[in-house]
Amino acid sequence: MADLINLIEDWIANLLLGWGASEELTLFLLQTLGSVLVIIICFVIVIALIWVERKLAGRIQDRFGPNRAGPFGIFQSFADMIKIFTKEYVTPEGAEKGAFNIAPVLAMASVLAIWAVFPFAVNVIGADIHVGVLYIVAVGAFGILAILMAGWSSNNRYALLGASRSVAMLISYEIPMVVSLLVPVLLAGSTKLSVIVEAQQPWWFLLSAPTAALIYLISSMAEIGKAPFDLLEAESELVAGYHTEYSGMKFGMFYVAEFLHQYTVGALVTIFFLGGWGGPLAVRWPILGVVYFYGKSFLIYLMISWIRLSLPRIRIDEMLNLNWKFLIPVSFINLVAVASVDRILLDLALPIWIDVGVLFAVNLLILLAALYLAGKSKPALERKEFPPRPVAVPPGTER
Amino acid sequence: MLLPALVFAFVSLVTLGAAIAVVTNKNILHSAYYLILTFVGVAAVYVMLQAPFIAVVQVLVYVGAIAILIIFAIMLTRRLMSKEMEQHNAQWVPSVVGALALFVVLAWIVYTAGWPVQEGTPPLDPISQLGQDLLTTYLVPFEIASVLLLAALVGAILIGHEKGMRREE
Repeated sequence: MADLINLIEDWIANLLLGWGASEELTLFLLQTLGSVLVIIICFVIVIALIWVERKLAGRIQDRFGPNRAGPFGIFQSFADMIKIFTKEYVTPEGAEKGAFNIAPVLAMASVLAIWAVFPFAVNVIGADIHVGVLYIVAVGAFGILAILMAGWSSNNRYALLGASRSVAMLISYEIPMVVSLLVPVLLAGSTKLSVIVEAQQPWWFLLSAPTAALIYLISSMAEIGKAPFDLLEAESELVAGYHTEYSGMKFGMFYVAEFLHQYTVGALVTIFFLGGWGGPLAVRWPILGVVYFYGKSFLIYLMISWIRLSLPRIRIDEMLNLNWKFLIPVSFINLVAVASVDRILLDLALPIWIDVGVLFAVNLLILLAALYLAGKSKPALERKEFPPRPVAVPPGTER
Repeated sequence: MLLPALVFAFVSLVTLGAAIAVVTNKNILHSAYYLILTFVGVAAVYVMLQAPFIAVVQVLVYVGAIAILIIFAIMLTRRLMSKEMEQHNAQWVPSVVGALALFVVLAWIVYTAGWPVQEGTPPLDPISQLGQDLLTTYLVPFEIASVLLLAALVGAILIGHEKGMRREE
């Protein structure tokens, strides 16, 4: 009972082998089944998340949220799904058909592909590759590509503006994200996700690397592209940004990809900083580990929603200043500090709780110093008045 | 052992087809899309060669950075998108000669190389092995590459920073 998932896997494997299937074919079928299962769970979660998110948004903004379809409006997502499936696909005049249609698929695939390498429990692990962390970063590139393709191929200026903003933002926020990801890699001594999670039992990296966790959370929120970092689809400026021209299920795919991306960020934070499947009795009963993993991811998801529902959108210069003048320097200093302190602690061979305490203190020191320095100088908050400039200048008279 | 051969045939066909499409396509943005497909195909070949690190870095650097930079540059350059643009300019004869010469040299190397096979098992954790080697045995080349990249970075900032562009004054 405790190891339900592997029990079912063994049963299916024996059944297939008994029917005379070769070992290769059995492995292939089981892996296909596993990935389909992970994808289906993702979609079921998204359906639930959309309702939770809307209800939460309603409560935070002092209104009811969905409350018509079913008790507490829990069937609202299904009604929306049926509506969106029956909608017409509109392809705008002058759009590049190929890129226009591939972009939503790519956006979805780039998020789903991340789930391939996750360790769900102590012995339920996806593709346990050595380069797990790098793989996650590499796959994220296709998401940026999808936004660019959607923005360009729509033949719409708002969409293109949204897409070019997204590149400025997503590419620059990738730097602090990757640098802060190096800290758990460094502490665990591996880029393999299962090793990273095992290294956190029972001392989560949130305790030994809180600064990296915070920077990772902030830059991941920018990668999701929702408020307060929703400059790429700012409703009041750009209609809907890169997906302005999309309708029906093509828009639906962007929408679902966005929700799933937020949940995936929750899962990634869980894996890198919150001990993944770790929790009481998770090693004895792996099925509990799966529950912990999804539960922790959900908590981080709720936290991100809470933050984004509370904060207004930041301006583009504030967005760039926050990244280049705060997050990147702090993440680099943090990486160097953690690396040196960890190396010294390794030689001293102290009990692990002292190691964690020292690392926690170092992290806290860096964070407080950074916040103090950032608070002292606030050039980003000054409003600059620009002299009016003519929109068009006759040729030859440029300054 | 039929399946790996089939997968390899499929991957190389897609890669080569996309590579040909990069050069023959009239629309430069479509060429960039096909270039991405080529990069992904090369990454797939690396995966089949049991070199996951190079495969992932290939996607990370070429798709994640270079291809997106190319597409962004194309999108910001309006004239590049016109349909009447010539695919080749006056220098096509020397470039054909150069490409043919490069092909001959590469083919000769591939043909004459002995492809030595070494016995042994791959290391248990290739990534940490790679990191150890880079910072011990191959420290000097590693540092030279870092300094070169730093110089390129500083150069890019210097070129991008034009004094006349300041708007505040």
